[in-house]
Amino acid sequence: MSSKSENFFTDCVKDAAMGGLIALALFSVLIGMKAEVASGLGGGLGIEYRWAAVAIAVAVVFGGRLLLNLFVWKTKTPVTEKAGSLMPSMSSLAPLGKYAMPVFLVLAVLLPFLLMSAYGARGSRQYLDLAILVTTYVMLGWGLNIVVGLAGLLDLGYVAFYAVGAYSYALLAQYFGFSFWICLPLAGILAAFWGIILGFPVLRLRGDYLAIVTLAFGEIIRVVLLNWYEFTGGPDGISGIPRPSFFGIEFTRGEGGFADVFGLDYSSIHRIIFLYYLILIMALITNFVTMRLRKLPVGRAWEALREDEIACRSLGINTTNTKLTAFALGAMFGGFAGSFFATRQGFISPESFTFIESAVILAIVVLGGLGSQIGVVIAAIVMIGGFEFFRGLEEYRMLVFGLLMVIIMVWKPRGLISTRAPSITLSGKKGKGISADLVQEGHG
Amino acid sequence: MEYFFQQLINGVTLGSIYGLIAIGYTMVYGIIGMINFAHGDIFMVGAFIALIFIVAFSITAAMPIALLVLALIGVLIVSMALTAAWGWTVERIAYRPLRGSFRLAPLITAIGASIALQNFVQISQGARNKPLQPLIPGGFSLSDGGADGSGFAVQLSYSQILIIVVTLALMIGFTLLINKTSLGRAQRACEQDRKMASLLGINVDRTISLTFVMGAALASVAGLMFLLYYGVIDFYIGFLAGVKAFTAAVLGGIGSLPGAMLGGLLIGLIETFWSGYFSVEYKDVAAFSILAIVLIFMPEGLLGKPEVEKV
Repeated sequence: MSSKSENFFTDCVKDAAMGGLIALALFSVLIGMKAEVASGLGGGLGIEYRWAAVAIAVAVVFGGRLLLNLFVWKTKTPVTEKAGSLMPSMSSLAPLGKYAMPVFLVLAVLLPFLLMSAYGARGSRQYLDLAILVTTYVMLGWGLNIVVGLAGLLDLGYVAFYAVGAYSYALLAQYFGFSFWICLPLAGILAAFWGIILGFPVLRLRGDYLAIVTLAFGEIIRVVLLNWYEFTGGPDGISGIPRPSFFGIEFTRGEGGFADVFGLDYSSIHRIIFLYYLILIMALITNFVTMRLRKLPVGRAWEALREDEIACRSLGINTTNTKLTAFALGAMFGGFAGSFFATRQGFISPESFTFIESAVILAIVVLGGLGSQIGVVIAAIVMIGGFEFFRGLEEYRMLVFGLLMVIIMVWKPRGLISTRAPSITLSGKKGKGISADLVQEGHG
Repeated sequence: MEYFFQQLINGVTLGSIYGLIAIGYTMVYGIIGMINFAHGDIFMVGAFIALIFIVAFSITAAMPIALLVLALIGVLIVSMALTAAWGWTVERIAYRPLRGSFRLAPLITAIGASIALQNFVQISQGARNKPLQPLIPGGFSLSDGGADGSGFAVQLSYSQILIIVVTLALMIGFTLLINKTSLGRAQRACEQDRKMASLLGINVDRTISLTFVMGAALASVAGLMFLLYYGVIDFYIGFLAGVKAFTAAVLGGIGSLPGAMLGGLLIGLIETFWSGYFSVEYKDVAAFSILAIVLIFMPEGLLGKPEVEKV
């Protein structure tokens, strides 16, 4: 018995030592030696040695792996199992899921008032800004969910439609002086239009080719925005984008302003709260439309397409039209979110629409669980909230963000919420959620 | 005409670098059917490792030529080995646990790994550009631009020759490796049918790992070439080079090695000619537009096999 446990221990140490060795090989160059431009005139590159940092990194890998080996990976009684048994199982959580949506909704609606009462008008501003940001990503996630989660089309260039929406509003406001409320639908229509233009040629492609072409399209839009200096302002972007009004009432101090009309004391927080409700309503409309569409023939066709394209075609569904509607609708919501982004920032530049942005939105959709609406909310709160939380560690947070994407995905490949409500059941009764393992992603 | 030749030379050089990276994409896609998004960043890591060794051993153009060549070969071998270790690690951590999972999962981890690698290098090596003095200066002058100097001087630099020669040699060696050795056979077997291959006693996991290792080693060669040719790198070079190389792999027909090389050359030529004759700003647009056009009219690429979808 004792020799067995000794074997177990040496096994663990050996394995951890291997990990440490590999870490040493990996880190000794990239961490241990830093190629730095020497100070002074005409300085070439010099090397700054940092062996202590390598030792720490290797020790972390060795220790981490040893602990994981001892308590999780190699032992017969992993700690995670015990922790897992303390957690309620997925099926007992299911009824909770029914209440999660309304609870989230009530919380979201009351949020500004809760924050105001807790932190006051001044203190709550940063939290409201964060809430607006998270809600924007929730809306983008829901928009992309139509394309990726429902229709099963992998879109790596979603940010292009976000950019189209933002620039549509900014340019229309700049050149024609249109107000936000006129531009909002126009931006959506333009984005949807672009979605169709892009969709026509590329939707015949298979999954990964579609992914790479959408990625290329996203880059093309960005490069054009960057270089068409006379029209878009190039890298300088567009500034002075008009703020939205409350149905014609501006958020200004004095006569005719929002505070004046409603008999309130002027405070800059009013506009922030208004923006928050604006994006919340837009996001909820996105969700509502998606949920309703799922129950319509076109939504059923999307899901059928995701499951099996050939079967879909054999049943007489026009796959091109089905894909186009998904693409156009997803793009439209992206466009709405884009014009909101423009009006909120008051300034946009191509910087805001890089590939990373697309990756973040896609990560939210996939990590949340493809096709799950509440999953998108949770993933957006975790990713964007966590992202902002670590703002102090500016340079490390993208690193942590990337690692988190890997870790969450390896831990839960089907996303955080991995059950799906079937859109139709045989008995007509409300069906139970089915495991996402039964849901295939598309080949489209 | 001289201008055309100069662009041709530059295009072939750039295309060779793209081709070397594209092989990594095409092999991985062929064997496990995923876009290894982190591959461009592996290329960047390779370039950085080479740079660090070159600076650490103070390899400069002032060295005697024989010593310089030896030193560069040494740097190449060490950086290939270390970059291959990075490639192996990424596969082990981010892709292997997800084998057999659904298709989007490894794509997300690949994007995550790409972001993590980029930012790791940014933190550990600093965000600033790393300029390197040219190691192999000089070259042949193919045309001096005429006696009155009105023509255009065509230059074929030694580093360009080196890049083209090394790429050619690697391509030949690699084709032999895939076509003649047992490892290559195992790889082709896994590409056709992974389950059957494992039933016949091929260690599928090891073969896939080796694919990543080889792809990373080739990417590190491309990294060193990039460093020698442009003389400046930063932590962000991997993204665009990676996307272009993937474009090249798709253009040539994904899963096909000669296709990857051909696609790389084409993308390099298109990019150089576009920036030479039209506008530098829109060279990426040109490359991507070509990709879209090819995919629409020839979805299997130039040399790829058409894929039959079965029920």
